[in-house]
Amino acid sequence: MTGPGQGRDPQGVGRFDVPRRSPEPAPEPARRNGHRPAAQAAPTPADQVDATTSGGTGPAVPDRPGDHWDRKVANGLAFLRRRLSGDYEVDEFGFDPELTDAVFHPLLRVLYRDWFRTEVSGVEHVPVDGPALVVGNHSGTVALDALILSAALHDKHPAHRYLRLLGADLVFRMPVVSELARKTGGTVACNPDAERLLGGGDLVGVFPEGFKGIGKLYADRYKLQRFGRGGFVSAALRTGTPIVPVAIVGGEEIYPMLADIKPLARLLKLPYFPVTPTFPWLGPLGMVPLPSKWLIEFCPPIPTAHLTDSADDPLVVFNLADQVRETIQQTLHTLLERRPDPFGP
Amino acid sequence: MTPGGTPGVPGVVVVTGVGRYLGAHVAARLAADPRIERVIGVDAPDAGTEFTDLLDRVERIRVDSASLGGLLADLDVDAVVHLALVTAPDAQHGGRSAMKDQNVIGTMQLLAACQRAPRLRKLVVRSSTAAYGVSFRDPAVFTEETEPREVPRGGFGRDILDLEGYVRGFRRRRSDVTATVLRFAPFIGSTADTTLTRYFAQPFVPTVFGRDPRLQFLHFDDALEVLHRSIVEDHPGTYNVAGPGVLSLSQAIRRAGRVAVPVLEPGLSGAAALARTMGFGGYGLDQVDLFVHGRVVDTSRLEQEYGFTPRSTAEAFEDFIRAHHGGVVVTRDQLAAAEQLVLDGIRQVRSAVRERP
Repeated sequence: MTGPGQGRDPQGVGRFDVPRRSPEPAPEPARRNGHRPAAQAAPTPADQVDATTSGGTGPAVPDRPGDHWDRKVANGLAFLRRRLSGDYEVDEFGFDPELTDAVFHPLLRVLYRDWFRTEVSGVEHVPVDGPALVVGNHSGTVALDALILSAALHDKHPAHRYLRLLGADLVFRMPVVSELARKTGGTVACNPDAERLLGGGDLVGVFPEGFKGIGKLYADRYKLQRFGRGGFVSAALRTGTPIVPVAIVGGEEIYPMLADIKPLARLLKLPYFPVTPTFPWLGPLGMVPLPSKWLIEFCPPIPTAHLTDSADDPLVVFNLADQVRETIQQTLHTLLERRPDPFGP
Repeated sequence: MTPGGTPGVPGVVVVTGVGRYLGAHVAARLAADPRIERVIGVDAPDAGTEFTDLLDRVERIRVDSASLGGLLADLDVDAVVHLALVTAPDAQHGGRSAMKDQNVIGTMQLLAACQRAPRLRKLVVRSSTAAYGVSFRDPAVFTEETEPREVPRGGFGRDILDLEGYVRGFRRRRSDVTATVLRFAPFIGSTADTTLTRYFAQPFVPTVFGRDPRLQFLHFDDALEVLHRSIVEDHPGTYNVAGPGVLSLSQAIRRAGRVAVPVLEPGLSGAAALARTMGFGGYGLDQVDLFVHGRVVDTSRLEQEYGFTPRSTAEAFEDFIRAHHGGVVVTRDQLAAAEQLVLDGIRQVRSAVRERP
C-alpha cells in the first residue's frame, strides 16, 4: 500500500497511524523535542523514571522506585517555583512552551480525547522539521477547532511539533484572551508574522475562512466559505513553504448555531451573536460544547518551492488557494461519510 | 560595513541635551575618544547642573534652540548628535507643552540649523521604538520598514512620529549628510534613571488587567556604545536598537521579585489622564499603551551593519535587578526555600506514616 505519494515517510506511518487510544499519551511529550531551553536539566528522552527530581534540590531521603507521587509533587513544586520567579523563556511572539505543555495542552487533551473522541489521520503529511503552513476549515461558533487541532497535532506528531496559530485581530483586542493566545503560540494573522514564523522553520496554522467560517449557521455546516484574498498562499509562496490542507469534522456540531442576532452583534461589536439550542437559554451551561465525534485528516502537502517568484501573481495565488480549498472540501465529504452519526462513538 | 575603519571620524561634534543623563554620558564618552578633537555640549539655558563633573572635558554652551543656527555654522561642526528628547512630561519644567516644545520644535530648529551648516557630514538622531505606534493589528515584531498603523495616543509617541518626519525631510534636502536614526527600546541598567526603571523599582507594580505585554529593554551602556559607533563610523539609515530576546511584563515583575497589581484598562487610562492634569507626570498614555500592546523589534539590521549585538533584554534586566534589590517582595531564594520546606514536610510525614505499622 505504499503509493508514490506515501513512499517517503516509511518510519512515520507505521508507528503513528493508529494512536487513537495509546494508554498514556505521554504526560509531557514536549520534553522530548528539545524545545526546552537549557535552564531545565537535560530532558533525557522517554526514561523520565529516575532522572527528574525537583530542579536542583537534592532529596534528603533517596527516592524509592515507587515514589511516583513524590516525583509528581516535586515536579509540580519546581514548576510553581520557576513560574513564580519568572524563570522561563518566552519567544518574541510571546509563546511560552512551558506553560503550554504544563497547563493548556493537558486541558485540551481531556477535551479532544475524552470529550470529542478525536481520531487523527495523515499526521505523516506534516513534516518532521522545517516550516509548513497547515490550512484548515473553520467552524463551531467559538474557534475551539484551532486549539483542538494544535493540541492533537502536538500529541500525535512524531516530533511533537507546536502549531503556531494565526488569529484575527479581534482575538488580540480582548484582554485575557489575547494573552492566552500569545502564550499558546498564536499571533495576529498578518503576512509579516506568518512569514517570520515560517522563515524560522515553524509550523503555522491558519484558517482562511476566518469569522465567515466559525460564524456560519448550522444549516451551512461543512460548506467551506470564501477564502479571502489568499494572503496565506502568498506567505507560503514567499517563503517556499509547503501547504498542508487539513479537514476537521466535528467542530460544526459543538455549538450548532441556529440563528445570528445581528443587531445585538453590532451593539457588542462582535462579528455575530450566536443562538444555539443551549445558548443563551441555559446561561453559562450553554457554553458547554456538545460532545460530537471529531475526525481530523491531514492531506498530502502541496509544494510551493518552485513558485517562489509568483508570490505577487494573483492568478497563481488564487489558483493555489482554490486547490487548497477543493482538497479540504473533498476530504470533508469523505470524512463525513465515515462518520454517519455526528454524536456516535 | 566598515567597523573599525576610521575615515569618517569627525573632528568637531555637537551633542544636544547634555543636561540630561544620556546626553551627558554620550558627550563624556566622545570627549574621551582621542580621535575626536572637540566635543561641544549644547543645552537649554535653564538646564540643571547635575552632570557637570562628568562633562569636564566637554565645552558647554547654553543657548536656546532658536539661536542654534548661527552657532553651528560658526563652529565648523562636522557632526551633530541630537539627544535632547523628553520622554515624559515633567510638571516642574512646564509639563506636556514644554515637552512638545523641546521634542518637536527643538528638533525642527536643530535640523534647520544643521541644514545651513556647510561642513556638516553626519547627523545622529535619537528616536524610539515608539515610532511604530500601537495597534491591535500590528505584527508581533517590528522591522525598520514597518509603518505605524495608528497614531499613538501618548504624547511621546506622537512627538517621535513628527521627529522622524522632519529627519526624512532633512535627508531629502541634505543628501550629502550621513543621517542615522536610532530607534531605541526603553533604557534600563544599573544606573539609568527613567520612567520605566522607577516603575520597576516599586515593590507593588500596577499592570493592565488581562494584558501581559512583551517588552524589550536596552542596556544603557549598549546605547552609549551604539551612539559612539554611529559617530565614529558611517552608518546611514534607520536602526532598531534593543536587547535581543523578550521578557513579558509579568515575567519581568516576577524576576525582579515585585508584586503585580492588575488594574482595569479604562481605570488606568483615566488615572494616567488624572495624574497628568494634577501635575504629577511620569506615567502617561505612552506607558499605558506600552503595557497593553507591548513592543518588540527586530535588531538584525543593527547587528549586521554595526557588527555589534547589545546584551539581551534578559541580561540588561538582570543588571537592573542587581542594582535595585531594595524593593524586593519575594526573592528567588525564598521561593526555593519554601519549595524545599514543603518537600521535606511531605517526606517527613511519609516516613512517619511508614514507620508506624
